[in-house]
Formats: sequence, C-alpha cells, structure tokens
Amino acid sequence: MAAQLSAMEKNMKKRQRRRNLVAYSFIAPNFLGFAIFTLGPIVLALLMSFAEWDGSNEMKFIGLSNFVEIFKDDRFIASLKNTIIYSLFTVPITLVIALGLAILLNQKIKGRNFFRTVTFFPYVASLVAVAAVWNMLFTPAKGGIVNQFLMNVLHVAPSKWAASSSTVMLTIIMFSVWKNMGYYMVIYLAGLQGISEDLYEAASLDGANAWQKFRHITVPQLKPTTFFVTIMLTINCFKVYDIVYMLAGGSNGVVNKSAMVLVYYIYEEAFRNWKLGKASASALVLFAIVLVVTLIQFKGEKNYAND
Amino acid sequence: MKSKRRNRIIGQTIVYVLLILLALLMLVPFVWMLSASLKFNKDVFVIPFEWIPKEPRWQNYLDIWTKIPLAKFTLNTAKLTLIVTFLQLLTSSFAAYAFAKLEFKGRNVLFLAYVATIAVPWQVYMVPQFMFMRSLGLADTHLAIIILQAFSAFGVFMMRQFYEGIPDSLCEAARIDGMTEYGIYAKIMLPLSKPALSTLIIFTFVNTWNDFLGPLIYLTTESKKTLQIGLKMFISQYSAEYGLIMAASVLSLIPVFIVFISLQKYFVAGITTGSVKG
Repeated sequence: MAAQLSAMEKNMKKRQRRRNLVAYSFIAPNFLGFAIFTLGPIVLALLMSFAEWDGSNEMKFIGLSNFVEIFKDDRFIASLKNTIIYSLFTVPITLVIALGLAILLNQKIKGRNFFRTVTFFPYVASLVAVAAVWNMLFTPAKGGIVNQFLMNVLHVAPSKWAASSSTVMLTIIMFSVWKNMGYYMVIYLAGLQGISEDLYEAASLDGANAWQKFRHITVPQLKPTTFFVTIMLTINCFKVYDIVYMLAGGSNGVVNKSAMVLVYYIYEEAFRNWKLGKASASALVLFAIVLVVTLIQFKGEKNYAND
Repeated sequence: MKSKRRNRIIGQTIVYVLLILLALLMLVPFVWMLSASLKFNKDVFVIPFEWIPKEPRWQNYLDIWTKIPLAKFTLNTAKLTLIVTFLQLLTSSFAAYAFAKLEFKGRNVLFLAYVATIAVPWQVYMVPQFMFMRSLGLADTHLAIIILQAFSAFGVFMMRQFYEGIPDSLCEAARIDGMTEYGIYAKIMLPLSKPALSTLIIFTFVNTWNDFLGPLIYLTTESKKTLQIGLKMFISQYSAEYGLIMAASVLSLIPVFIVFISLQKYFVAGITTGSVKG
C-alpha cells in the first residue's frame, strides 16, 4: 500500500515536472532575452548611479555624490523643470481632447472610419518626417503658413515658435498633443464601447439631457480608462526626448536650457560627456518620478474600487 | 416633434463641422508635405501657398536617392523592422500562452517581473544596456537593435491579457483529444488571436520603423544607419533643400501607412484587450 502510494506520488511529481518543463519551454525564448538585456541592465543602472565611471577605466563607488552633483547642476534643474512643465500641460490637454474626439467618433455617423483613421495618422507617422513639416509650417520666418494665418486671419503678431526661448515649450507641447492624441483617443473609444447602452436609455426615459448623461454616466463609467490614460500619458511625457531633439535641437542636435528635458540630459551626460554615473543617477530620478506617479494611480484606482 | 428633428439636424451639423475641422488639422501637414515635395526650394515658401503645384517637380523623388544612400537606409530599416516584428510576435505569443493557460512553478513571480518592468521606461536603463552590449562587441551592429526591441514585456503582457479572454475549456477539450500544448498554441490559440496579433504588429512595426534614439546611440557606421537617422542627417546637412526633405519624408511614411491601413480594422478591438480591463 505504502509502496503503491509513493509510486503514485512519484508519478504525479514526474507529471508536474514535465508540465513545468513544457511551460518553461514556452517562456524561455522571450524570458532569456528579457532577463539578460532588460532585467540585467536595470540592476546595473542602480549600481552605476552610485559609481563614477567613464566607460573605459575602473568603476569607482562614490556613494551619493552623483545625486548631490546633479542637483547642483543647473542644466539638470532646468531639464527637470522643463519636463515637469511639459507634462503638466501635455497630460491634461491631450486627455481632454482625446476624450472629446472619442465621444465624437463614437456617434453613429457616416464616414466614421475615415475620421478615426485620419486621427491616427500623426501617431503612426515617423517623428522625423512630421517634425520636418512642422518646422516648416511653424518656421519663425513671416512666410510660414502658421505665421501667415496669425497675421492675415487672426491679425496678431507672428511668433518665433521653436526659435525663441519663450515659445519653444509651447511649440513642443502643441506638437506633442497633435502627434499623440489619436492613440489615447482609441483607448477612450475602447472604453466608451464598454459602457452599456441601457444606462443611456434609462437616463433618456428619466428625461436627462446630453450634458447630464455625460456628467453622470460617461465620466464615472470611464474612470478606469481615465486612470490608465493618465498614467500612460504621464510616463510618456517624462520619457520625452526625440520631439525636443527634432524641434528645438540645432543642426548639431544640441538643445539649450530653455527646452532641455530629462532624457536629453541623460543622453548628453552619458554619450557626449561619458559621465555614466551622473547619467544613471538622473535616470534613477526619472524612474522615481514615474514610480511615484504609478503608485498614486494605483492608490486612486483602489479608492475608486472601494466607492 | 418638429423641433426635436430640427435639434437633431443641428446636432449632426455641429458634429460634422467639428469632424471636418479635425480632419483638416490632422491632414493639412501631410498635404503640405506632399505638395512641397513636388516643388523647387524657392517655391516652397511663396505666398500664397500653392496646394497643387502647377508644374509638379517629380525630379525631387529621383534626386533624393542620389543625395543620400536612401536605398541603403530603407533596406536596413526594413530588415530590422521585419526581424524585430517577427521575433516579437513569436516569442511574446509563445510566452503569453504559458502565462495564461499553463500551471507551473514560479508563474506568478515571473509574470510579476514582466509587469514591473513595463513601468520602467527604457530611457532609465538605456545607458547600462549600451555599455553591456558594447562589452559583448555589439555596439554598432544591427543585432543590438534587434535585441533591443524584440523581447518587450509589453508584448507578453498584451498577448496574455488577450489569451485570458479565451475560455480554458477549449484547451481542456483539445488536451483530452491528445493534442500537445504546442499543438494547442499553434492550432487553436494563434488563429483566435488575430486582433491582438494585429495590434502587436502595428505597434512593433511602427515603433521599430520610427525608432530614433536606439539607432542614434548604437549605430555609428553610415552604411548601417536607419531611415530615421539618415533622414535627420540629411535635414541637418541640407536644411534648405525643402523639396528634397519633404520628398524623403513622404517616402519614409509610406510603409507604416500601408501596414496601419491594412490592419486597422482589428485595431480598436486589439487595444481594448491590451490595455484597459474594467
């Protein structure tokens, strides 16, 4: 009896082991690449932020000095400030427009698919190409089409756009909203399609008008979507680099303090100055900010679930 | 009754006016690009702007190939994009199957590792990653760019979310019929996951084709550079060649638009499963 049991046990164990192996064989191709080239470097980033390293000589651990140094560096402070300003404006503007578009494109109207596709064009288009057009449309010269529009239609003074330190962030924010709103629109569209028609019908029977329906059905029902969009938008805003490089970088790609952002600072410290410790320390600051935003989002979602 | 109908007509009109304004806002830069790509440099900024050039200068589209090694750049980008998209699709859908449909030791811990890294922007570890690749002798190689893009946590996460929505009973039935797990993956799961796969194709294709910072850091030899880097290089060198810049830009957009338009009908459905779950 005991022998039989242990044989069965053995058998079961063997089967479980085989099942494990099959599962691991599914995961292995992706996980190996992921572990070696993503998880590894993440750990390395932590180590490097406490070290002094130029990439060729010995790495030397120096404690928190990198962090002290970057917070004394006014280029870092400027890039932190610009990144925050950029996010503070880009996140809410993109969110509101994306929601508005999604509601508009969720109506049963002719040509809906055409409009949806068009809204997505800027998002899939390559940044270099659309930034090149944007730079020509928003050229600081008076001959630019946007400045022409300002002068002849709106009768206001032309702007220097990306060429002036007072309007460069504005130009970057406008471009960013234009380029990315289509993506968040699709996410909102998906959210809207998850709301039951019955809710609206019941509200209609109670005599609710369009605004009331929006306020008391659409907005609360979309709360999970809005959480998701906010977090994605914020993370993507803090990662911004190439938009700034294309719009505000001179012909040699150098961005000055009026438009410098965190990732640009990391790039410059690492690959132009070869101060890898400082670069990693600022990368860690970037990560800390993203992490805090994510945690706030999770807490918010929990509160929502408890409502 | 009459006023109700009138209200509806007014409402519809407002919606259409807004939509047409929107379409204009979205399309004008592209139309401008196309139009400028068919002009002499001196005519690009002539006022008023000529939307349809009277004498389109098709020569721009021929000249651009000789001004920069555009064919080489395009070939490099196409090669990288196809390999990355293929690997991403294969390895993500494969791993996601195990996470969604198989019981095994360490499943939750491994999956947590994936989810946690989604929240870590690549920019945070791009520097150590580069140093690591360089120590392996992979700096300035296409292999580095492939490795960089092919194993994303996002792909696994998205595919898993989608598979979770497919009933387990389908797999159970197939197991009883004696199908192996690999068979179930290939014959049942893959054919069912077209929307998710299409979404992943669009994202991976678009991201790899348009990637800028990765190739900028890794690729230094000109003959290895990608279209985006090449285009940016051209814009910096010949900043006044407006017509040619626009012609090259138009060309660089065509592949992503083709992929997007041919797969877009799956798109909204795919994003729903990938992102927000109630």
